[in-house]
Amino acid sequence: MSELVALAERVVGRAEPGEQVEAYVALGHDVEVRVYDGQVESLSSATTNGIGIRVLRQDAAGAKLGFAWAGSLDDDIVESTLAEARDNALFATPDPDVVFATPDGVAAADLDLWDASVADVSTDDKVAMALDLERRVRAGDPRIRQVLSADYGDERVEVALASTTGIRSTTRRTAAFLSAMAIAGEGVDSHTGVGYSVARGFAGLEPDRAASDAIVRSCRMLGAKKVPSDRLTVVFDPRVVSTLLSVISSALSGEAVVKGRSFFAGRLGEKVATGSFTLVEDPTDLRAFSAAAYDAEGLACRRTVLIDSGTLEGFLYDTVSARRAGTASTGSAVRGGYAGTPGPGCRALVLQPGHHDQQAILAAVGEGVFVQSVTGVHSGVNPVSGDFSVGIEGLMIRDGELAEPVREVTVASTLQRMLQSVLHVGADIEWLPGIAAGQTLAIGDMQLSGS
Amino acid sequence: MAAPPLIEADVLERVLSASLAKGGEAAEVFAEDRQTSSAVLDDRRIEELAGGRERGAGIRVVVGETTGFAHTADLSEPGLLAAAEAAAAVARGGGGGTKRAALERRRPVAPREDVRLPGDVDKAIKLELLHRADEAARSAGAAITQVQVGYGDSRRRVLIATTDGVHAEDDQVRTRFGVGCVATGDTGMQTGHETVARTEGFEVFSRVAVEDLAAVAARRALSKLAAVPAPSGELPVVLAGGSGGILFHEACGHGLEADHIVKDASVYVGQVGEQVASPLVTLVDDGTVVGEWGNYGVDDEGRPAARNVLIENGVLTDYMWDWLRARKEGRASSGNGRRQSYQHLPMVRMTNTFLLAGTEDPDELVAQTPRGVYVAKLGGGQVNTATGDFVFGTSEAYLIEGGRITAPLRDFNLIGNGPEVLRRIDAVANDFAMMPGTCGKDGQSVPVGCGQATLRITGVTIGGTAA
Repeated sequence: MSELVALAERVVGRAEPGEQVEAYVALGHDVEVRVYDGQVESLSSATTNGIGIRVLRQDAAGAKLGFAWAGSLDDDIVESTLAEARDNALFATPDPDVVFATPDGVAAADLDLWDASVADVSTDDKVAMALDLERRVRAGDPRIRQVLSADYGDERVEVALASTTGIRSTTRRTAAFLSAMAIAGEGVDSHTGVGYSVARGFAGLEPDRAASDAIVRSCRMLGAKKVPSDRLTVVFDPRVVSTLLSVISSALSGEAVVKGRSFFAGRLGEKVATGSFTLVEDPTDLRAFSAAAYDAEGLACRRTVLIDSGTLEGFLYDTVSARRAGTASTGSAVRGGYAGTPGPGCRALVLQPGHHDQQAILAAVGEGVFVQSVTGVHSGVNPVSGDFSVGIEGLMIRDGELAEPVREVTVASTLQRMLQSVLHVGADIEWLPGIAAGQTLAIGDMQLSGS
Repeated sequence: MAAPPLIEADVLERVLSASLAKGGEAAEVFAEDRQTSSAVLDDRRIEELAGGRERGAGIRVVVGETTGFAHTADLSEPGLLAAAEAAAAVARGGGGGTKRAALERRRPVAPREDVRLPGDVDKAIKLELLHRADEAARSAGAAITQVQVGYGDSRRRVLIATTDGVHAEDDQVRTRFGVGCVATGDTGMQTGHETVARTEGFEVFSRVAVEDLAAVAARRALSKLAAVPAPSGELPVVLAGGSGGILFHEACGHGLEADHIVKDASVYVGQVGEQVASPLVTLVDDGTVVGEWGNYGVDDEGRPAARNVLIENGVLTDYMWDWLRARKEGRASSGNGRRQSYQHLPMVRMTNTFLLAGTEDPDELVAQTPRGVYVAKLGGGQVNTATGDFVFGTSEAYLIEGGRITAPLRDFNLIGNGPEVLRRIDAVANDFAMMPGTCGKDGQSVPVGCGQATLRITGVTIGGTAA
C-alpha cells in the first residue's frame, strides 16, 4: 500500500503552476477457479495494476479537465499518462463547476473490509471448495441434469488517491465468491438456476446455501408454461429487488437530475412512493457488501436518506454535480477502476424493512405472480422515461402460496407507477453483492403479458 | 506502417517451452497492446477527453481437461517467464521439459493502407464532430432538452504464438460515434439513440455525416413523446431491415456456440442436419466482412477469421468453434475464439452474424399485416441458451393497423423462445442492412455486428402495459 501512496503523491507533486492534478492508483490480485464434471476446467491467477490521472487547467472562463489512464505503473508509462492527461485538458470546454474534491471535514467510518484469508488459503483449498459445491448441487436433487459451472473466485483490491487539493485516501478490500449454475431436467423440459454466496473472506462462504439456491431455483421451474395476459400483483424475490433498486438509483444520481435525465428531476419534497417505502444509501453499514469508507474522490462516505416514507428527500452527488446543483457532495463518487472518471452513484442502497417475511407477504397477496428472476433489464427499463418492461421467470401465487411455474412472459408498468403501488416491503433483508440489498417486495397493478 | 512485434520470436519460443516444463500438453502466449481515446460532449460541454493504454500478455497452459492461465503487464522475458510458471502450475504430472516450441518467422502485419489511424488525427478535429452532432440534434426541435455525444477509437495490436506452431499478428482499428437525446413533453421524457461503429479508422467520417446520426437520435426521442403504451399478448412483428439482427444473435447465435454445445447446455445440441428454422432462414457468421464492427484478420487464438454458414434454408449446418472446444472434438477452429483483453481467457464468440436477404418488398410485408407491431430499432437482448428463452428491448416501434404503420409505442421488451421464433418467420425482404452491437458473455464484452433484411414473425409476445 505505501508504494501506491508514494506513487500517487509523486504524480501529484509534478503539478505545474495553474494546474491541479489528481492520481488514482490501484493494485488488484485475483484468483478464479472453474470446475466442471469433477475436474478443474480453468484456474487463473493474476495481478493487475494501473493509474488514472486527471488534470485541471485553470482558464479565465473556468477549468478544463483532461484524463488519461494506463494499465501499468512503470515509470515511463506513468510519465506519458500524465502528459496525455495534460494534453487532453487543452481541449475541454472551460467550466467553473469543474473542480476536484477538497476535504470537507467529515470523518471517514472505521471499516475493516480486509480479510487476509483470501491470500492465505491455498489454491488447493480453493479448488476443493469449488469441487465440493459442484458435488453438493449434483447430489442435491435427482432432477439436476447438469452443473454447467461451479466457480470460486476471490480478489484483493488496494487503492491510493491523492490530489493537489489536499485529498489523501487509501482503501483496501477483499471479496470471495462462490457460484453454481445448475440445469434441472425432466424429459425435454430443462431449466437453469444460479446459486451463489459472497463474503469478504474464504471462511464466510456458504457452499450449502449456494448449492440449495441453484437446486431450488432450477427444479421449481420444471414444467413452467406461458400463462394468459393479466393485470395482477407481482411479488419480487429479494435478488430481483436488489436489481430493481439499482435501476431506480440511476434516476437518483445528482448528475442525471441536473442534466434533466431523471424522472425524479424537480420533484424534491413530493410524494413519489407509498408511505411504506423508505430508501437509504449507507455505505458506512459494514453489512453492505460494497461498504466503503471513502468515495472515489477521497471524501468520506456517508448515510443519505433518498426517499423517506414515500417523500423524495435527496439525490446522490459527487463534487461536480453538487456544484452544478448548488449543493454539497454527499460523498457518492464512484468510478469503474483506474480507467474511469468519477461520477455520482450508489454503493449500498437498502429499503427500511417492513414487518413480514416472504411467506406472510405471499399469504397477504393471495393471488398474483412471484418473480424469481428477470431478464432484459438493460434493454427494457428506461430510467429517464420510467418505462418498465422485463422478461420474468417465476411461480403463480394461488391462495397465498407459490403454485405452478411460469416462463416466457413479461411484466410491465412504469417505475413511477410501481413506486406508488408498493403493497408490502419485506422484513427479510439479504445483503447481496452489488450496490443494493434485497428484500421481498410486492407491487400491485402490473401488466403480465403472455399468451 | 507495421510496428515491430510485441514480443520477438526467440523470446516466444523460450516462454512457450517454459510453459510446458511441468508437463503441459499445449501452451499459448497472447500479447496485446491497446490504445484508446474517447471524448464525451454532454449538456453542451466537452466534459471529458480521455486516453488509455493497456499492454500485456496472457499465457495459457492446457493439460487434460484443465486450463491454467496467468497474465502480466510486463512484456519483458523475465515477466513472461514468471507468468508462464504461474499458468503451468496446473500441470503437475512432471515429465515435461522435453518439448520444444518452434515458430516460423513471419512478416509483420499492418492496418490496410486506406485506414486513417486515430492517432494521426488532431484532437480538435475529433471534437468538432461532437459539436456538429450536438447542434444538429438540438436543431431538430425545441423539445430536445438534452444531448450527449460520444466518440471513441481504439487501435489494438495482438500477437498469438502457440506450441502448435501458430504465430500470428493482427492490427485492429475501430471507431465509434453515438448520439443520445432526451425529448421532453407533456407526457414526460423520452430518449433516442443512434450509433455508428466500424472496424475502420477516421475515414469512416468521410462517408457518415454525424448530423445524420444526430437527426435519427432526435427523431426517435421526439416521436416517442406521442407514444402510446405497447400492447400485451402475442402479435405478429415486422422487424425493419438492419433494426434487429440482434434477434438472431440472441435467439439462436449463442445457442450455436460450441462451449454451450459440449456442455449439453443448448437447445441446439444434436440438431446438426435438422430443420431448426423456417426455410427462409440462412444464417451466417462472418468475421471477414471488412469494416464491420465484428471484423478481424485473425481471432484471439491466431486463427484466420472465416465465413461460417450456421443455418442453411432452415437446416442447422454447424456450430461455432474456438481452439479448445475444437481440439476436444478433433476438428478445426472456425475462427471464433475471442477475448476482451489479454486479462481474459478466450471463448467461443460470434463476429458478424446475419440472416441472408430474401426477395420480398419490405413495404408489402407491412401491407399484408392487418394488426401487429413494427420494430424500427431494437435495443439490447439476452438469452438463456439452455432453454432458448430470450428477450430483446425496442427503442423505436410502432403499431401496425390495417396494413399501415400508425402510432409510436413506448419502449418495451419482446419475449420469445429461439427455436419457436425461427420457425415463425414467414417473410424476408430484400433490404439487407447491418448494425453494430456489444456482446456480453461470462463477464467479457466484444464488438459484434448483426444484420437482417425486413422480416416478419407470425407471433411474438409483446411486453407492453395495454391490455
